[in-house]
Amino acid sequence: MATTTPTPSAAKGPAPRGAAPVRRRPRGLGGSRGRALNFWLFTGPFLIGLIVFVYVPIGWSLWLSLHNAQGTVTPTEFVGLGNYADMLGDGDFVDSLVNFTIFAAIIVPITYALSLTLALLVHRIRFMKAFFRSVFFLPTACSFVVASLVWKMSLFNGLRYGMMNTVLGWFGIDSIAWLASPHPPWYWLVICSARLWLQCGFYMILFLAALQNIPRELYEAAAVDGAKPGWQTFRHITLPQLRATSVAVVLLLLIAAYQAFDEFYNILDEGRATWGRPPLVDLYLQALGANQDYGHASAGALILALLIALVTLVQGRFLGFGRGDEK
Amino acid sequence: MSNISRGRDWDRRGVLRAMGGVAALGGLAACGSNTGRSGGGGGSIKQMYHAYGEQGTQQAAKKFADAYGKAKVTIEWVPGEYESKLATTLLGSGAPDVFEYHPDLQLVRSRQIVPLDDIIADVKDDFLPEDITANSVDGKIYGIRMIDDPQFFFYRKSLFEKAGVKPPATFDELIDAAHKLTSGKVKGLYIGQNLKTISKPLVWSTGPHYLDADHRIAYHTDNLVETLTKARELYKSKSLLLGAPTEVWDPASFLQGLCAIQWCGIWAIPAIQKAFGDDFGIFPFPKSGAKGRQVVYNGGWSTYVSAKAKDVDAAKEFVKWLWIDQKKYQQEWALDYGFHIPARKSIAAGADKLKSGVAAEAVELFNTHGVFDDPYWTEGMFNILLDAVVNSVRDNKSPEAELDSADKKIERALKKLG
Repeated sequence: MATTTPTPSAAKGPAPRGAAPVRRRPRGLGGSRGRALNFWLFTGPFLIGLIVFVYVPIGWSLWLSLHNAQGTVTPTEFVGLGNYADMLGDGDFVDSLVNFTIFAAIIVPITYALSLTLALLVHRIRFMKAFFRSVFFLPTACSFVVASLVWKMSLFNGLRYGMMNTVLGWFGIDSIAWLASPHPPWYWLVICSARLWLQCGFYMILFLAALQNIPRELYEAAAVDGAKPGWQTFRHITLPQLRATSVAVVLLLLIAAYQAFDEFYNILDEGRATWGRPPLVDLYLQALGANQDYGHASAGALILALLIALVTLVQGRFLGFGRGDEK
Repeated sequence: MSNISRGRDWDRRGVLRAMGGVAALGGLAACGSNTGRSGGGGGSIKQMYHAYGEQGTQQAAKKFADAYGKAKVTIEWVPGEYESKLATTLLGSGAPDVFEYHPDLQLVRSRQIVPLDDIIADVKDDFLPEDITANSVDGKIYGIRMIDDPQFFFYRKSLFEKAGVKPPATFDELIDAAHKLTSGKVKGLYIGQNLKTISKPLVWSTGPHYLDADHRIAYHTDNLVETLTKARELYKSKSLLLGAPTEVWDPASFLQGLCAIQWCGIWAIPAIQKAFGDDFGIFPFPKSGAKGRQVVYNGGWSTYVSAKAKDVDAAKEFVKWLWIDQKKYQQEWALDYGFHIPARKSIAAGADKLKSGVAAEAVELFNTHGVFDDPYWTEGMFNILLDAVVNSVRDNKSPEAELDSADKKIERALKKLG
């Protein structure tokens, strides 16, 4: 191959002038070709994984969505956009999108506020900082499924010996069957509290890292200019400095809310409860339940993917995500 | 430089080509396994069961499998949502060769199961005609009934006496009994939380089955609308046990004294007998409305052979061996762990454990009020109607509107399946 040329690569930077080309052949995996090989060696497995587990399924899903694919993943009956029309006309799927909006509207601001508050508290604390940081972060390590079962069977058990009902019992209040009916919608309390417990710690760490990056001089300068510590400093120094992190956190929270599945599925009777079904649970019931309707479910999944992309783009436009630091 | 960049280009193209090849192979492999009957059986058969609750069942299933001489049979014991897991597994390369399920037209139309007429022909008359019909589509028999599991209400006799209540014969009486039996820490009635199990007898107690003889919608009657409205009132009252940790297939709530009446099945009799002695009885789901009927749901399990089995004939041979020839094992499966009614008349006739006490009453209810599954009513249709029932009873939505909406979806499904 021509690549065995003795000329050293210009890309390698200044070669020692006048020095004899002692090591002509790139040793091991050095050299440009070697670098290319290195590149593929390191990214290859990931790329293959990406193609096999992400792009092929997306393509397959697109193909399924255009076919009548009940009980098969290799369908033959082409139905065009019929599945898309059915899904958009299907009350359950549209309802689940509405459910998501309600869920996101509740969970995103609360998680944001709570994790920021936790971060501020942990940031300011003078003793046992590492302890509190760990304590609040620890629930992130817990599985959503395990937490859901604890919430459902122990904390919010509908019987009199459930933990919350025991507490209510001390005040002479009747037991509440938290998850039996959506009237009143106690299930939101169960689901939101589980999710807050699980995810606040993670976002707290993100905020904490950002807080530690705010230069102290800014606060000192503000103090010299007469800014009062507390709300005024927080409003005019801390919050603007957290802008980039805030945008990222809101984006991540929105995507996480879109992807909600585990706690809804496990807390609400394995998806049997007809209320509080997020889009993924609805699609799961379409495709992977006894329905086996991969055509409709794929159409729904692509509608959902488009929606997520759209929301992300719109959010990026308004909040300036990815525009780099703003002065 | 140019040489180097050519080399790099070649590398990139090469790698991409290789990756494309791998992806295509992956796709082909997936397709292949999906259509695949090819390849020899290799002398192994994979059999799938849902997780039976009774102790010893898993070991028994394994014992039967190990006793089969012609192939190595491996058991997959699936806890949790069996129907969903089975439906998904059936599409992939890890599909079981033999599995238990309920009769379902969808499996036939998707060509996921094969007819078993040839292996059952000689002993067809030894099965209940209803069990044969429940497993037949277009005149072919697709499943072999393993056990019959009638489901009904269990009640505590002492609590009934104390409250001056008799076993209810109508839905109104059941509601009334639930109210009267609720006191302090004991709730009157437990029908499950997700209503999955109770929805069947609830609908049938109004008179019709889901579909008529011509496979058209029959469930939607004024009586059902009225019954769902009453069920909503019952659900809102404080007389139902709600939020129990297990569904009604498990008698735990009844055993723990959380309720006076619970829907469950014949399999629970030994456990309940052990806990309460003679202090319990059973009654069918009471009739609802003038045109209603008392209902016992004749559930149970049948065994099927996957069309994708590595060797369909070998799988059929195994099914014939276990569920037709090995009467001793069939008897053990039905009677030695929990109670089930053996599907074979000849075995049921000799089942002494089912000839006395509550078990005998259960067999009597099975014979007099039993309603069997309809293979043309698929699991998908069941879920659509279940949603309508749940929306009406648990979510306070209009039963009429919910049933109308279910009708449309079910009609679409019926049309699709032909």
